[in-house]
Amino acid sequence: MANHRFAPAPSKPPREPGTGLRAPLGRRKFLGYLIAAPTLVVAAELTREQVFGGPSASAAPIPSAPQTPEAYDLLDLLRDASRPTANLIRVEVNRDGTVSFALPRSDNGQGIVTSTQMIIAEEMNLDVDQVHVTLADARPELMFNQITGGSSTTFTTYTPIRVAAALAQMRLLDAAGQLLQQDVRTLSARAGLIRDEAGKVLSYGDLTEAAASAVDKQVEVALKPREQFTVIGKPQSKTDARDIVTGRKCFATDLQIPNALPTVICRAPELNGTPDSVDNIDDVRKMPGVTDVEVVSTGVAVRAKTFGQAIDGVRALRVQWNDGTAHGEDDESILAKLRAAELPLAVPAGVGDTVEGSFTFYFKSNSSLETNCAIADVSHGRAEIWGPMKNPIAAQNAIAEKLGIPQGSVVVHVTQGGGSFGRKLFFDAALEAAEVSQTMGKPVKLMWTRADDSRQGRVHPMATSRIRASVTKDSVLSYEQRHTSVSTDFTHGLGEALTATGAKAPGGNLTFAESIFELTQVTPYEYGVSTRLLNEVDMGFNTGSMRNVYSPDVATAREVVTDQLAAKVGQDPYEFRRQFLKNDRMRAALDAVAKEGRWGRSMKKGTAQGIGFHTEYKGVSAALVEIDCRPDTVNRPIREGVTGPRVTRVTFAVDVGLVINPKGLEAQMMGGINDAIALILTSSLHLTDGHFVEASWDNYFYTREWNTPPEMNIIVLDSPSDEPGGAGEFGVAATAGAIACAYARATGLVPQYFPINHKDPFPFEPKPLVPPIPESPTDGLRYTY
Amino acid sequence: MPTHTFTLNGERVSVDVEDDVRLLWVIRDLLGVTGPKYGCGINVCKACTSHINGKAFNPCSVQVCDIKDSDEVTTIEGLADGDELHPMQQAWLDRDVPQCGYCQPGQIMAAVAKVRQCRAEGRDVDDDAIEEIRNICRCGTYNRIREAIKAGAENM
Repeated sequence: MANHRFAPAPSKPPREPGTGLRAPLGRRKFLGYLIAAPTLVVAAELTREQVFGGPSASAAPIPSAPQTPEAYDLLDLLRDASRPTANLIRVEVNRDGTVSFALPRSDNGQGIVTSTQMIIAEEMNLDVDQVHVTLADARPELMFNQITGGSSTTFTTYTPIRVAAALAQMRLLDAAGQLLQQDVRTLSARAGLIRDEAGKVLSYGDLTEAAASAVDKQVEVALKPREQFTVIGKPQSKTDARDIVTGRKCFATDLQIPNALPTVICRAPELNGTPDSVDNIDDVRKMPGVTDVEVVSTGVAVRAKTFGQAIDGVRALRVQWNDGTAHGEDDESILAKLRAAELPLAVPAGVGDTVEGSFTFYFKSNSSLETNCAIADVSHGRAEIWGPMKNPIAAQNAIAEKLGIPQGSVVVHVTQGGGSFGRKLFFDAALEAAEVSQTMGKPVKLMWTRADDSRQGRVHPMATSRIRASVTKDSVLSYEQRHTSVSTDFTHGLGEALTATGAKAPGGNLTFAESIFELTQVTPYEYGVSTRLLNEVDMGFNTGSMRNVYSPDVATAREVVTDQLAAKVGQDPYEFRRQFLKNDRMRAALDAVAKEGRWGRSMKKGTAQGIGFHTEYKGVSAALVEIDCRPDTVNRPIREGVTGPRVTRVTFAVDVGLVINPKGLEAQMMGGINDAIALILTSSLHLTDGHFVEASWDNYFYTREWNTPPEMNIIVLDSPSDEPGGAGEFGVAATAGAIACAYARATGLVPQYFPINHKDPFPFEPKPLVPPIPESPTDGLRYTY
Repeated sequence: MPTHTFTLNGERVSVDVEDDVRLLWVIRDLLGVTGPKYGCGINVCKACTSHINGKAFNPCSVQVCDIKDSDEVTTIEGLADGDELHPMQQAWLDRDVPQCGYCQPGQIMAAVAKVRQCRAEGRDVDDDAIEEIRNICRCGTYNRIREAIKAGAENM
């Protein structure tokens, strides 16, 4: 029995009676900092908090030894990495009574600006719209603490932001007490106003000078107890929603930077091919609207008055290309290399009863709807860059290196991003824009086209997952999973330039990838002797995480095999999981979907339910899906679309610890569910002769309205936890597993590869490779409605 | 260089540009109206969906020379009546539809046109009608989009 090794469940901190005051009597104290400034400025450092206990004891027959993520997972790593410098985050109280905070993270729609406003509003008794949260420029002094990845944002920033905000609130109350000559305990704060019992009112703006500190100093502060929360945990709409629905939200390519003209790059037909020579560069320079054409390291850059004319210039270029990094390769040749690299299974086949599974997960595009883009103005040994970047410090470092100028001469502004899912951990466009601007000697607004993004952009790596489990009549003796993947690029490291350099060292990336795998993957079932190992093979692809790195694939393989194990011992898939899950918190999520989703209800032939489970990010999740694989559904006619089996109903339960914003959490789960549908059923890239075929959203079949489930029920489970876990990627894995299981149960066919349509004939005519960008149609007025 | 004149969000605009430049770039790069987004340039993703004379269209796939002097082009910026949001925009807010927001101007313009089309054809704004909408949302907020379209339709 191994569970006794886990830390005991945390004891609740003593509760302060509901005075709402900040005197840290009897409550756990945190250290904040007053910063010398004319108005109130506070800062905070991250303080180690041990809130999470291990799973409770389980009655399952053969407990597995604890796996790393159960005690210390990726979120812990990211928080530990950010610990030394987190004290540099600052909250400022403005003279107009509002509060400002520059979040050292990147928001690409996951709603962290809104949730950060909520956290500050809670601690300072403000309305959410009285808090201004902006995205911080690259701040190299933050070291590790400026990366947006691994679903870590809320987990890593929750406490330090609260500490700073609580200190600001304490100082404002103290200042009000002095001005009003009242005992601070008789004052109350709400909506940015402090009142005394006689009804006298002061606003935070009135108080910010009086509350300011003349010197930097350390101050102890306590946080608001959870039972007094009025903002955290209440549904809050995204605070930028009005800007979005009126078209005012400003993305990188919407910025108007003087003379930063549209720029597009002519790219090679092969993946990562490079330019050798250009036959007609001067002719293209004379085309309408074109201002500059220059050869750069990744292709030939065309700058023009409009993007349309830059694209026309790209299409007119005649370029001789060098081979790419996947020259001559295709899906099958890459798969053969992966198979050759699969690590051996320890338990021999054919000894006792074994259940085996071997699954292939094809390349998937990490393209968000906003394509890669950045604005760069490089001149006189300085560079100013604007772009949606989740890792601006590493970008700043790489750009400085590329341009041959000091890092301090590069200013990186983080813009709001149009979707990321992992993609914007990389800054491919920013690096390119900087090079192009330096080469042309002019500012550029560089944008990848959709074809660029799909064919040359970041991909989720192809992988295989091989599983062997040995069973007796009613227990699982061993479970081995060997995940073998085209190497995932982690050269963004943990966000900081030094780490990025380390990951680029020989062997560095594998170690990092293995670390991420070890820190994130856990088998949630008591499967006896349980091992899961990763091997990665570097084959020159532009890879990256995509709403998670390994979990959706690892979980899909595991859940399909789990259904087979259940069948082997003659049990229902839900009952089997329930019995083998490691603890009651997990079972609560599984039970919730079984009950709400009516597990076991009668289903028509050709349709079925499937159930899946996943644990990660300090949370647990379960999905129950229903799928319709009947011919009338599969073959629904949709022009240039893929229909296929339809997921008709999803019930999803999530316990991710303390929930800041249930509306935002539900939105993240919804997105993850729609991602899972695409990953299992419809969307993949095809590698042929050294290039990816897909160049359009009508080639790469991400979930569309006609694929999305008509019924979706997301259950946010109550959690006793005092800390938030990670949510951004959490909706995918359990759902992917459940869909794969449902498909197998509906059709009687256990899929061996994903997505299940990968080997179907293309329902489209592939776009030409040369020119690399398809021409915009001219018949748009024929399709009005 | 030819001059092109039309009405954009209620204002007369004139722009000097080659005939074959697609309207999306005229609107975004030359007129600075950035609500309609680029997502593919080939009339697939629908992120640039706007209205021409009240009907949905995709300016990425229309040459500026095909826009007549009398044409009224409306982008997301022109949908609200001053500070008063269009019912579809309000429905989007009420259901907290957007995530990153990049596709949402196109989604809203498509939704408004789809409801008008259904009304004109005497059809219900049901799941089948909504599934005719091709706009991609890579954040996957489709289910809230559905709810918002149905709610917005009731107030249109």
